[in-house]
Amino acid sequence: MKKETLMNLRTLGILLRKEILLMRRNPFIPRIILAMPVMVMLLLPLVANLDVKDVCVTVVDNDVSELSRRIVADMATSEYLRIVATPFTHGDAMSTIERGDADVIITIPAGYSADMVNGAAPRLDVEANGVNVTKGMIGARYAASSATGTLRRWMAEEGMQVPADGISVINLYNPTLDFRNYMIPALMVVLIIIICGFLPALNLVGEKESGTIEAMNVTPVGKFTFVLSKLIPYWVIGVLVVTIGMFIGRVVYGLAPAGNIACIYLAAILFSLVMSGLGVSIANKSATLLQSIFVMFAFIMIFQLMGGLFTPISSMPQWAQYLTYAVPPRYFIEIMRAIYLKGASVADLWMQYTALGGFAMLFCTVAAFTYRKQG
Amino acid sequence: MNRETVISVRNLTKKFGGFTAVDNISFDVGKGEIFGFLGANGAGKTTAMRMLCGLSYPTSGTGTVAGFDITRKAEEIKRHIGYMSQKFSLYDQLTVRENLRLFSTVYGMSDAAIKSKTGEIFAQLGMENMADTLVRDIPVGWKQKLAFSAATMHDPDVVFLDEPTGGVDPVTRRKFWELIYRASSGGMTVFVTTHYLDEAEYCNRVLIMVDGCVRALDTPAALKERFGMQTMDEVFRIVAKDAGRAD
Repeated sequence: MKKETLMNLRTLGILLRKEILLMRRNPFIPRIILAMPVMVMLLLPLVANLDVKDVCVTVVDNDVSELSRRIVADMATSEYLRIVATPFTHGDAMSTIERGDADVIITIPAGYSADMVNGAAPRLDVEANGVNVTKGMIGARYAASSATGTLRRWMAEEGMQVPADGISVINLYNPTLDFRNYMIPALMVVLIIIICGFLPALNLVGEKESGTIEAMNVTPVGKFTFVLSKLIPYWVIGVLVVTIGMFIGRVVYGLAPAGNIACIYLAAILFSLVMSGLGVSIANKSATLLQSIFVMFAFIMIFQLMGGLFTPISSMPQWAQYLTYAVPPRYFIEIMRAIYLKGASVADLWMQYTALGGFAMLFCTVAAFTYRKQG
Repeated sequence: MNRETVISVRNLTKKFGGFTAVDNISFDVGKGEIFGFLGANGAGKTTAMRMLCGLSYPTSGTGTVAGFDITRKAEEIKRHIGYMSQKFSLYDQLTVRENLRLFSTVYGMSDAAIKSKTGEIFAQLGMENMADTLVRDIPVGWKQKLAFSAATMHDPDVVFLDEPTGGVDPVTRRKFWELIYRASSGGMTVFVTTHYLDEAEYCNRVLIMVDGCVRALDTPAALKERFGMQTMDEVFRIVAKDAGRAD
């Protein structure tokens, strides 16, 4: 039994050597592993930028006080906001949104200024146009923070106690609301999805098409050993990709992870196994490259759109939120953002790590069992 | 025939859906024999061979190779056979030496044995100067000899050759057959499928498959006598003339 384990290790060693040699001699793979992370990390944070400029605001001023006029005037001078209408009724304001002229409606209630002086804590209404969600949501936040700024200055001038908290819009985890800080950790997830998902699938189906897999299947090589030799190189590549990503994040964007780098590597290895396990499983069931690519694309679409990469999971409908528990990148994205922006540790994120580890085991097991030496 | 039996097949059948690729075939192959497996394209040669190598499950019927059952002990069989397919079974992007090392390690050979065997092969084939050339860059005739050597490095009981000499000239084919003879004289059983009927003359016995069935099985001399022909080529034309599947 012991001798057999030793022999399997020796076989695994020679198979890994073969994989590495083939990868190195491939004219395309070493380049894609280096060039893709560099391109994606340099380009996408600049392009995929959700910063919003020129938000159109409709103001309904029911107060008509000095304070309310100052709020409107400050908004008009803001570089992000533009006052497009000042109707008297909320109904007229709504029609500016319906016509698509405005992104945000600010309603200042009657007696706002007076209530403020009395300490009655009046409320200012901010409504966002949901058609262009990003612009509406972010625009509403800009408008609210502009109004808050005006209010604070006014209270200070009036000699009132300026509340330390409660009235300002504070973005806790990303104080500058820089979209890049939010995107960079997530882009590394995309890179691993694509590189560690596609490459093993292409590799294995390539062996099917060239016939070399037949030469392997007719040898006594163990199927677990063989599948392992297809999985291990990709967690090494996963680590490499994340390293390049973190390096560029640091040097180009000045964003370093607030948490421990080892936690990031652990998550990257687990997630690489998830993706390469999936890739190998798909390749096992595909006869041609084209087939495996199409199936892989279907998975990648769902992973990207439902993993919380671009659309926050919390703003998905409830049923979709339940579905995202079955989407492995969701956990990796949560881990990456939490470590990068909040400095979280493995202990804080044990649930995500456990889920990721579970998926890695599941997909690798499926990969081993769907690989058949005899058909 | 009083040789020890190495391959024994009874009523072996393989169906793909409604199509019967191999239809109820039975035969025995003795130790050290060169056994030719002939048939038109689509006659079921490769399918039958794949079942014997443990690459494909039979739909029905039984068989043993090197004493192991082909349905239940396929992985055991794989330790005792070598296989070379019509597609080259070597890695194009690995060197000659790397390929030999890969396959011999997978068969569990020791490092010392690998080293001495590799040296032997290079000397025998006269390809010492190609040892570190990528397989992709060596001529097709060399590739075939090399693939044969890789498939027989671990000294298997049986070597299966699936159209090993496709697409090469007669001189190169002749040299390839010298390798086959050498292996066979050392006691190795050679199971070879081929399209070339001159090669059939080199075999100890020949089996001709037509539409998935065994149509003839005997020594080349006996077959020629039975059909009153001078060459195996003529024999094959008579036996296979009413094949329904030939393309």
